Amino acid sequence: MATEPIAEEIAGACVGPDGSAIGMPQLCGDWVWNQVFWLVLTLVVIYFILSRVALPRIAAVLAERQGTITNDLTKAEDLKKQAAEAEDAYEKALADARSEAQKIADETRDEIKAQVADAQAKADAEIAAKTAESEKEIAAIRDSALANVEAVAKDTTAALVAALGASADQGEIDSAVDQRLKG
Amino acid sequence: MATETAAAEGEGSSLVFHPMDQFIVSPLFGDGPVGMFTITNVTLWLAITVLCVIGLLVLGTSARAIIPSRAQSIAELAYGFVYKMVEDVTGKEGVKYFPYIMTLFMFIVLANFLGLIPMAFTTTSHFAVTVVLALAVFISVTVLGFVKNGMSFLGLFWVSSAPLALRPILAVIELISYFVRPVSHSIRLAGNLMAGHAVIKVFAGFAAIAAVSPIAVLAITAMYGLEILVSFIQAYVFTILTCVYLKDALHPHH
Repeated sequence: MATEPIAEEIAGACVGPDGSAIGMPQLCGDWVWNQVFWLVLTLVVIYFILSRVALPRIAAVLAERQGTITNDLTKAEDLKKQAAEAEDAYEKALADARSEAQKIADETRDEIKAQVADAQAKADAEIAAKTAESEKEIAAIRDSALANVEAVAKDTTAALVAALGASADQGEIDSAVDQRLKG
Repeated sequence: MATETAAAEGEGSSLVFHPMDQFIVSPLFGDGPVGMFTITNVTLWLAITVLCVIGLLVLGTSARAIIPSRAQSIAELAYGFVYKMVEDVTGKEGVKYFPYIMTLFMFIVLANFLGLIPMAFTTTSHFAVTVVLALAVFISVTVLGFVKNGMSFLGLFWVSSAPLALRPILAVIELISYFVRPVSHSIRLAGNLMAGHAVIKVFAGFAAIAAVSPIAVLAITAMYGLEILVSFIQAYVFTILTCVYLKDALHPHH
């Protein structure tokens, strides 16, 4: 520390007249009690500051931080578990949906198959019915055609007979035509 | 420092060193004899030390942040450092003396570092200061030893693992070493700081000669770096020795 030159009688035995130290200032007895007094005061003040304010506060902060870290870790663990659960649920839902889709597809296919078979059977029956009807109609047409042939034959025969100048009984003509047709 | 340059200029080229002037205790206000309650440069620098303690450990931690600021980190670091030291050396029973040891550590480390500020007064370079610290440790540890263990505290001096014939001799040696503790404890701290600061001053005196001043300035820089190291290490050594003595008081049996 810079010191102004001080008068010898004031400086005491430890500082020379030019203001510089004589020997080691550490060994100067004049200054000891001053330092001891202020040092003890300082230490007491620091002790009270530390023990009343600073140390409890720092301890609380450290404890709080430790608590926060523990909490966060637990929370992270929980979230991780939740995520795993969600993933499981998702996988399960996916598998369910897949099997459901498979089932629906199968059902639909079966239904369509049944419908197709049904329609085919119905169509077959319809075709059979139509065939039978047609056959019946054809038979009827053939029958009526035969009858017509017969009638025409009889008429023609009657007309021929009349043209030849012979008179013949209609009954006779009919039976003769029938006989011819049978033969 | 002013006196040195003045003296150096006054006496021309001849070198004048006053490396010890930095340790002079002088009144802050007026010139008078230094009495017990006089406000001196010692008072000033002790007060600055207290302010630094408040600034670092009280204002620095006032946010009580979960994510600490820089100042709070340093405060927590200091807390954790000393706490772990006390716990490791003295065990669980020593933890209740942690505030006292923290007081010692914070005072010494801050006083040491404040002393490194140019023009500063280094309070811990004075035997008056370190002897008070060491005696406080010595007396409280000794009293604590007797209060905790009664007369069996004297077992500290009776090395039961040694051959019986050697024990009285060892007891004398142990006793001497026990009483030398406060001496070495205090002189180690003050001596280290005083020597370093005085050496820096000697180099500073050489810096007045143009021919060697670059080397002198380099040497000052190097010494300053070393002194930073010494400031911390001496605070650490003082504190850990306090812990060791405390451990002896709590567990006197080897």
